[in-house]
Amino acid sequence: MKEQLRIVSPNGHLGFAPTKEESFRLAVETRPDYYCADSGSDDIGATALGADRSVSMERWQRHDLELMLLASREQDVPMIIGSAGDCGSNSRVDLFVRMITELAAEHQLAPFKIAYFYSEVETSALRDLHTAGVRIEGLDDRSALTLEDIDATTRAVAVAGVHPFIKALELGADVIIGGRSSDCAVFAAPAIFEGFPEDHAYYAGKVLECASFCAEPYGAKESVIATITNDDVKVTAMAPWQRCTVASVAGHAMYERSNPYFEYFAGGMLDMTDCVYEQYDERTTRITGQRYVPVEGPITVKIEGSGRVGEKYLGVAGIRDPYTIAHIDKVIELSEGQVADEFSDVDYHLSFTVYGKNGVMGDLEPVKEINSHELGIVVEGIAETPELAGAVTVYATRQLFYARLPEVKGTAGTAAFVTDEVLPATTSYRWTMNHIVPVEDPMSLFDLHVVDVEAHA
Amino acid sequence: MSTPQEGTSVNDHQSTTLGELAKTVRSKNAGTDRITFDIIFADKATYDHVRRSRTLTRQTVCELFGVSDDRITDFVEFDPAFAIKFTLKRLAASGGPGESDVFGCQQYPPLLSVRVPFPAGAPQPA
Repeated sequence: MKEQLRIVSPNGHLGFAPTKEESFRLAVETRPDYYCADSGSDDIGATALGADRSVSMERWQRHDLELMLLASREQDVPMIIGSAGDCGSNSRVDLFVRMITELAAEHQLAPFKIAYFYSEVETSALRDLHTAGVRIEGLDDRSALTLEDIDATTRAVAVAGVHPFIKALELGADVIIGGRSSDCAVFAAPAIFEGFPEDHAYYAGKVLECASFCAEPYGAKESVIATITNDDVKVTAMAPWQRCTVASVAGHAMYERSNPYFEYFAGGMLDMTDCVYEQYDERTTRITGQRYVPVEGPITVKIEGSGRVGEKYLGVAGIRDPYTIAHIDKVIELSEGQVADEFSDVDYHLSFTVYGKNGVMGDLEPVKEINSHELGIVVEGIAETPELAGAVTVYATRQLFYARLPEVKGTAGTAAFVTDEVLPATTSYRWTMNHIVPVEDPMSLFDLHVVDVEAHA
Repeated sequence: MSTPQEGTSVNDHQSTTLGELAKTVRSKNAGTDRITFDIIFADKATYDHVRRSRTLTRQTVCELFGVSDDRITDFVEFDPAFAIKFTLKRLAASGGPGESDVFGCQQYPPLLSVRVPFPAGAPQPA
């Protein structure tokens, strides 16, 4: 067994913006044991998963995969990607596998083994579980999954833990492309596979998942390396101008998490309550005291689901009349009433975002009075067809134009338009599932394949 | 400058603001259903002073954002990072109909103007 394992994380969201090459080259020179990156997020909203597409540009996905593939093949060490193509759907896994294959041909790489797994879960399978009486618990105060939630879901993915990654390594994979996965599993899996304690493996995953977000000064897309031993984890910034400090590493434990002490994933939880952070050298922080707590009872796997709401249009209106501004709530109420009358037989969603009042913070906005001399209003209309969505949105937006309160002096129009039309937006999706499903075998939700890649001239 | 804005220097003889004292004040989605807030200080002394001042507690967060206590899922004083952190439930999951902040990253500004008394005996601005 190795005395230590060194894993490089070049990018906290592979493909979203290109990996910075200088710090990556410096990381490559140190000859790490694994090249690993997370490529996904639920932070981008439900649209990518629902519409089955990436939010990252293909040129950056290819750029980042090429950097990692060439380095890992040159040094003959594995490369692991989780949550391929942002949402980790099956088509995104296929996309990344295709890019890897094309890059291998382009660079005439020696033959290697690629493993990939799919994370999509058929809604019919969830329905069967539900019918069989399996309780699919909601996370973050959501109630248990209902048939209505399942019916409303366009596409669902299971969030993999370390299991499919470890299985792929056992099968001798040189490159692994994962469907939707826990960020930390991408890094924890090789460390567990190599025999290091799960405490340190999962902690390394937690600290590496966003790459240089655990370093300071702030700078994204720079490489960092975690060194895992039987006793500790050390994390080192590779960019010459960045350092992993006690403050930056501890601070990262909080990022995008409700609670800085606990990280949950399929198979258990990482408890960081007793973590001790020490400055090890100028650019390295050493972390001890982390604890892996295995789940009691069956393993539960998180399910993310996205459901189509409808087609969406946006309208934009500006208000300058002071009396109309002072009574903007009344104006919007009038518009809503007009739309309700006109489209009484249509299922639609209509919302008004009022910039200058509470457009950014909505109900959380503490400033209640309007202090602005003008307001910008974005009208969002969603309905089953583009025609209906457009009609609802244009009607609601024009009601702002026609909203003549008795005291308004201007009688030719109460809203200024950038353009007297409404603009089509991408189909609207919403998160329908943020749940956990109990499984006997954590591999049962993930469909693993291993194939040989041989470069052809 | 006319009226003081969130985040600008507004020291008086008795107090300053969280925006002046903190190194980082941010908000961000924590999963699909929550927004988490981090207030991070550069050193232990400032962190301890703000904690002891009780100007940032579950109750003051409720008052500031106009929410009831059950909207707060976590409120943590995180010593290793000299940080105070709390998490609010979203009324609707991120990115759905009516969304105005997909990433939840512009919900922190009211925290900048929370007033914090100067520590007793500390040098005060003229």
